[in-house]
Amino acid sequence: MSEGMLSFAIFFAAIFTNNILLTNYLGMCSFLSVSREVKTSVGLGFAVTFVMAVTSVLNYLAYYYILVPFNIEYLRYIVFIVIIAAFVQIVEMIIERVSDTLYLSLGIFLPLITVNCAILGVSLFMVIREYSLLSSFAYGFGSGIGWFLAILAMAGIRQKTSRARIPRGLEGAGIALIIAGIMALAFMGFSGMIDIN
Amino acid sequence: MLSELLITVIIITALTTFLALIMVIADRTIANYGQQEITINGEKKIVVDGGKPLLSSLKEKQIFIPSACGGKGSCGLCKIQVNSGAGEYLPTELPWIDPREREKNIRLSCQVKVKKPFDITIPRELFNIKQYKTAVESLVDLTHDIKQVTLKLENSEGISFKAGQFIQFEVPLYEMTDEPVYRAYSISSPPSRKDAVELEIRYVPDGLCTTYVHKYLKEGQKVMINGPYGDFFLRDSQRDIVCIAGGSGMAPIKSILLDMNEKKINRKAVYFFGARSKRDLFLVEEMQRLEKELPDFRFIPSLSQPEESDSWEGETGLITECVEKHVKNGENAEAYLCGSPGMINACVDVLTNRCGVKKDLIFYDKFS
Repeated sequence: MSEGMLSFAIFFAAIFTNNILLTNYLGMCSFLSVSREVKTSVGLGFAVTFVMAVTSVLNYLAYYYILVPFNIEYLRYIVFIVIIAAFVQIVEMIIERVSDTLYLSLGIFLPLITVNCAILGVSLFMVIREYSLLSSFAYGFGSGIGWFLAILAMAGIRQKTSRARIPRGLEGAGIALIIAGIMALAFMGFSGMIDIN
Repeated sequence: MLSELLITVIIITALTTFLALIMVIADRTIANYGQQEITINGEKKIVVDGGKPLLSSLKEKQIFIPSACGGKGSCGLCKIQVNSGAGEYLPTELPWIDPREREKNIRLSCQVKVKKPFDITIPRELFNIKQYKTAVESLVDLTHDIKQVTLKLENSEGISFKAGQFIQFEVPLYEMTDEPVYRAYSISSPPSRKDAVELEIRYVPDGLCTTYVHKYLKEGQKVMINGPYGDFFLRDSQRDIVCIAGGSGMAPIKSILLDMNEKKINRKAVYFFGARSKRDLFLVEEMQRLEKELPDFRFIPSLSQPEESDSWEGETGLITECVEKHVKNGENAEAYLCGSPGMINACVDVLTNRCGVKKDLIFYDKFS
């Protein structure tokens, strides 16, 4: 497979077969807490997609051009986290400055993302699976879209279940986790399509 | 081995310094909104550093807007009218703003950031609010869980307030807080005492301020307060006065009664105080002294669950039952209530529906 084709396959796999949320169960806390309404989940979804796509590239550069040459790959956890946090901070500042409407729909979610483990997960998987720069970008972007799809579907379902009669002990997080589990099973249906492990 | 360590340290230091540098530059350029002008009530103009919340910008200029949570957007008290400059409503403001307030451009000042010139309208009496440095003069246990805290003001001119108003107590950084927080407490001393304020603070398990006061505060320690705030004070009229309080709700009522005594206001007054058992009662002697000094004042404490050992002969039962039994001619009375929301709601109900007190003549100070 050519580099371009491979990256496209990875992009596709990150959305469906290897959905970071539903197969790796990463990024669950914001997935559960911000999926009550479709509108807010769309805002968060966009923010996550954007940050994942860009930080996967930034972390790729930091890893292969700083950590590997000096033989200090074991520091990647700290370095990745710091880079993600700094990037998110700066993006928040820029959005706040440029547009009030964008800030209202996107900016308020950015602080939540700083500590989202799915974003760190993308950078770590990219290193473990030894992706190229293009593939890393495709993987980050695809994972973001996959996460977006999952939270969007979840928010749609939860808007319906908010009016349903749910057994008392299962209200809130309980039923949400069960729904997430069933969604993960549904996404397993794609698993024969591509394999990127 | 050593060189490896050294390289690691150098790389990490360089990387974090680089990122920190970018953040500092971004902070100075992107997040720098320069100096912004705030016009207050169309006359006074102040200049503040842009980009900060309106509440703290005003505070820096010694204009204090009442706020109980200290700017977290969780109490909804710091509302002010912003005529221009604030932009769209933020999602964090909306839960506190009703449609009528929206028409008047009422905003939550702790959430709105000053990024453009602002034009705001604030009530005149807020200009009277100041920040005071104080030192703890005395700490006295009134009951097993209520402390009387006397704070001596360090400035020479003292504080002027109306009996019944409250101040905000600044809790500094300590084990339970990661930033200074503010909590509101009523003043229990009379306004004639200008050099100090006396507070009555009940211990609430895990309460940030109450734990600080009960477990950490020592005599001589410095405390910052600001105030006075609130529209809970004695109205000027000839009506009878009904006061109702529970627990540390004693504080503002005590201030009002002492003030009446000093000013020789001889209106007919009755004060119902609700407590669980005798160990929750306090300042009874002081109230009995006031009964003698004021010409027409009665103090009626009522215990809801007196212990056998209390040998209590006074009123028993819920405070609402006691009020219903004793308040006659409610149409000619005004009421002052201070205590928990549950107690106040129940008392307002009894006063309006059973005793005939007009609803707009019931004033209250709800703990929240």
